[in-house]
Amino acid sequence: MQLTGKQQRLTIVLLGLILCSIATAMILAALKDSVVYFYSPTNLLEKQTIPERRVRVGGLVKKNEQIYTKTGVVNLFIVTDKKNDITVRFTGILPDLFREGQGVVAEGKIGPNGVFFADEVLAKHDENYMPPEVAETLRRSSKSKTGEPR
Amino acid sequence: MIAETGQFTLVLALIVAIVQGTLPLAGSVKNNIRLMALGSTSATSLFLCVLVSFGCLIQAFIVSDFSVFNVAQNSHTQKPLLYKISGVWGNHEGSMLLWVTILTLFGASVAAFGKNLPESLKARVLSIQGLISASFISFILFTSNPFLRLDPAPVEGQGLNPILQDPGLAFHPPFLYIGYVGFSIVFSFAVAALIEGRIDPAWARWVRPWTLAAWCSLTIGIALGSWWAYYELGWGGWWFWDPVENASLIPWLIGTALLHSAIVVEKRDALKSWTILLAILTFSMSLLGTFLVRSGILTSVHTFATDPERGVFILLLLILISGSALILYALRASLILPGGVFSPISREAALIFNNLLLTTGAAVVLLGTLYPLLLDALYGAKVSVGPPFYNATFLPIMAPVLVACVIGSMLRWKRADLAGVLGRLKVATLTALLVVLTIIWATGSGDVLVALALGVSAWIIIGTMVQVSERINLFKFPLSKSLSRARNLPRAFWGMVISHSALGILVIGITISSAWRVEFIKLMKAGDTVSAGGYTLTFAGTLPIVGPNYTGIQGQFRVERNGKEITVLLPEKRSYPAERNRTTEAGILSTISGDLYTVLGEMSENGEWSTRIYFNPMINWIWIGAILMAFGGLISLTDRRLHIRLLEKFSKEANGNAA
Amino acid sequence: MRNAVIIPICTLLSLVGIFGLYLWQIGTGQKSLNHLPSTLINKPAPRFNLPPINRGGKGFSTKMLRGNVSLVNIWASWCIPCRVEHPYLMKLAQDGFSIYGINYKDDPKNANTFLKVLGNPYRAVGADHSGLTSIDWGVYGYPETFIVDSNGYIRYRHVGPLSETDLSNTIQPILKRLEN
Repeated sequence: MQLTGKQQRLTIVLLGLILCSIATAMILAALKDSVVYFYSPTNLLEKQTIPERRVRVGGLVKKNEQIYTKTGVVNLFIVTDKKNDITVRFTGILPDLFREGQGVVAEGKIGPNGVFFADEVLAKHDENYMPPEVAETLRRSSKSKTGEPR
Repeated sequence: MIAETGQFTLVLALIVAIVQGTLPLAGSVKNNIRLMALGSTSATSLFLCVLVSFGCLIQAFIVSDFSVFNVAQNSHTQKPLLYKISGVWGNHEGSMLLWVTILTLFGASVAAFGKNLPESLKARVLSIQGLISASFISFILFTSNPFLRLDPAPVEGQGLNPILQDPGLAFHPPFLYIGYVGFSIVFSFAVAALIEGRIDPAWARWVRPWTLAAWCSLTIGIALGSWWAYYELGWGGWWFWDPVENASLIPWLIGTALLHSAIVVEKRDALKSWTILLAILTFSMSLLGTFLVRSGILTSVHTFATDPERGVFILLLLILISGSALILYALRASLILPGGVFSPISREAALIFNNLLLTTGAAVVLLGTLYPLLLDALYGAKVSVGPPFYNATFLPIMAPVLVACVIGSMLRWKRADLAGVLGRLKVATLTALLVVLTIIWATGSGDVLVALALGVSAWIIIGTMVQVSERINLFKFPLSKSLSRARNLPRAFWGMVISHSALGILVIGITISSAWRVEFIKLMKAGDTVSAGGYTLTFAGTLPIVGPNYTGIQGQFRVERNGKEITVLLPEKRSYPAERNRTTEAGILSTISGDLYTVLGEMSENGEWSTRIYFNPMINWIWIGAILMAFGGLISLTDRRLHIRLLEKFSKEANGNAA
Repeated sequence: MRNAVIIPICTLLSLVGIFGLYLWQIGTGQKSLNHLPSTLINKPAPRFNLPPINRGGKGFSTKMLRGNVSLVNIWASWCIPCRVEHPYLMKLAQDGFSIYGINYKDDPKNANTFLKVLGNPYRAVGADHSGLTSIDWGVYGYPETFIVDSNGYIRYRHVGPLSETDLSNTIQPILKRLEN
């Protein structure tokens, strides 16, 4: 059996379609399981059920000398969207640019006691940059506070 | 004066680019030789103009001319010279100018090396190249001018983000851009072929060296970028599926497909329409990558300042360049005459299989990259798509590519005998099975996927060696005869052998380093010890250090193996006063069997230091694999068959001189 | 099969559609990548007392904000956008508005040279060496400018350098409205 030019094109398109549908199926399955949603502390508190999957929470690092411990291996700090706070527990070394008052994003799971157990903490890279999710969150929470529509 | 010269030559370049983009094309339509000949002259002068302009910007950075806004914002007098220069492309405006410099360099090289091209094809290629250059030069002039003045000039500049002050990153963008932009030549050739409505093996032979050069460079660029992320970001990881990384991986995957399908056009005169489409897609993906990075709509560790206006401009360029090429393709693809026929079991068919998988892989990465953006635009939901997604989709799609690459390269053109090939691969199959079983047995059946991945790597490497030994008749003839056969094999074959084996090495590195990595996070005080990967580390305390433009603290880890001290690892925390920024420098002991990776954290109240210690087994195989892969590409590039006409020309000239 | 050639065009169009939509949302302000209104608006200015940037000079404290409408500008000599907006601050000062500066994490020597060369629009400048006062003001980047009314309440926040249009469209109208 030899494939002529037309049959070649047919083969490519058909094989391509089959591959695409397999890929689509895999993508959908993977997106269902592995996409990480981003919440602000307020979003998380508003949620009735505690999400069991991994999520990201973002906001500013709150100035609070009592809880904030940047030294040692276990770090506790508070992330705020200026409306609600959440305590984050992180084991490891915090990023270089982790500072009070700066935007951070923590990824992990929320525990039954309301403490967020992070296994990854991302801080912004320089003084002119803020993760857009955090910027958006702050903008929203400040808007809803002053009574503007969301 | 420097800035004005740079600005002036850039405006001049725009005019030259417009000339180059129109007149030779008009000449090719009217069959006017003189207009067509303008292509080469203008391509060379365009390159010179842009080069002068780029040189001016570099000069402004070297002499720290802070009256130039861009220099003031990105440089500092106390920065070492290397980073003053690499700071030129460490920011948006400068990196776009580098992009255009490379773009015009490629145009000029077509003019210089393309003496054997038919006059009309060359004129068309150079014209399209000129149009692309014109669009990007106007992008620079209208939205991102690097030569803006600042009056009065500040005494000191704002400095370059210290994590970008690194030798790995100094060379990463140039290589990456040579890769991205190199594909523009292939794109221009494809569009020119569509305009002419003719594509033949000769076309593929002209295109192949450019594809290879761009692909090699992109491979090196991606490898450098991941190496930089590995040792500079201090997370011990080397690939984060970050949007910017994905933006370079997508053109690489499609470029790899193009590299293989161009062989089919060259050898068998088949798959022509598909190859043209891939050529257009590869450069379109490079443009898309540029758009994603430059518009800043996707955030990542690498993104520079965000500016939707620039995003709109690049989006328009994307529509203009890729859109018109694709419309042309839709209109003219039917003119391309079908070529050689082949059966479903043949090397052609195997290459189609490889192409489709690579393209699907690229599509999956693209979707994963854009999914957060899509969801945000449509529903306002914030999500991130991380490694689990890619592990579940991209890896299964790539696995068949690994298995097929050995079989495919052993199948014959036109019609092949699959069972025969599998028979010839007995040794490889048995070795692979042995590897899988040994690993399952040794690790107690826990790591089936790891065992399979290592088995596949063994299969690729041994299978490729089987091919070599068949081609040189190893063990069948005396060794000397085999060796002389090896010398006479085409370079393209050796390139394939090196690149395919390198793929095996890469997979081994990826698998072992991610499966068997050891990690400790520990509070340590002077005298504490930790063991990892067969080494014993003793924390000896910290010392203050002073660098050229930073101060910091250095931790000291004495590393011992079998009771003998091997080295002292010195991870640092640096603080850059000019940039008001801090970085972490990992202390790394790098060996072929694995890296010992130490990071210094913070000091606690009672004087202990938090430290992070990794042992990353065989991680260097990743970069060795990637570099070898690019090296294989370079070997192919030197294949005689691609240069035969050039050589003829040189020998003719040499003869002429002798006479 | 002929029609398969339009698949790539459709893909490109949908991609462009998504990007266009997203950029449009950013452009019209529905989505924001970096603009942030302050949560401090209509709240009293945070309390602080900062030392001067030059020895013997006047510092800057909360109580100085009482009594008249003023602008509080957070700046640094290393900050290039601050340089860009400086002429507009000079213009506002010449028009008689009272402007105060918070000098963020700066070398006092550089800060003084900056003011000597470019002119000093400030009634007083406080040196925020630790950066903590700026955090209290909720500052994310540099420069930022706040408008404070005569009772010491924050009424407006501007992120990034001021421009000619900002001056005529927002800053001056707000200042005039508050003064009356």
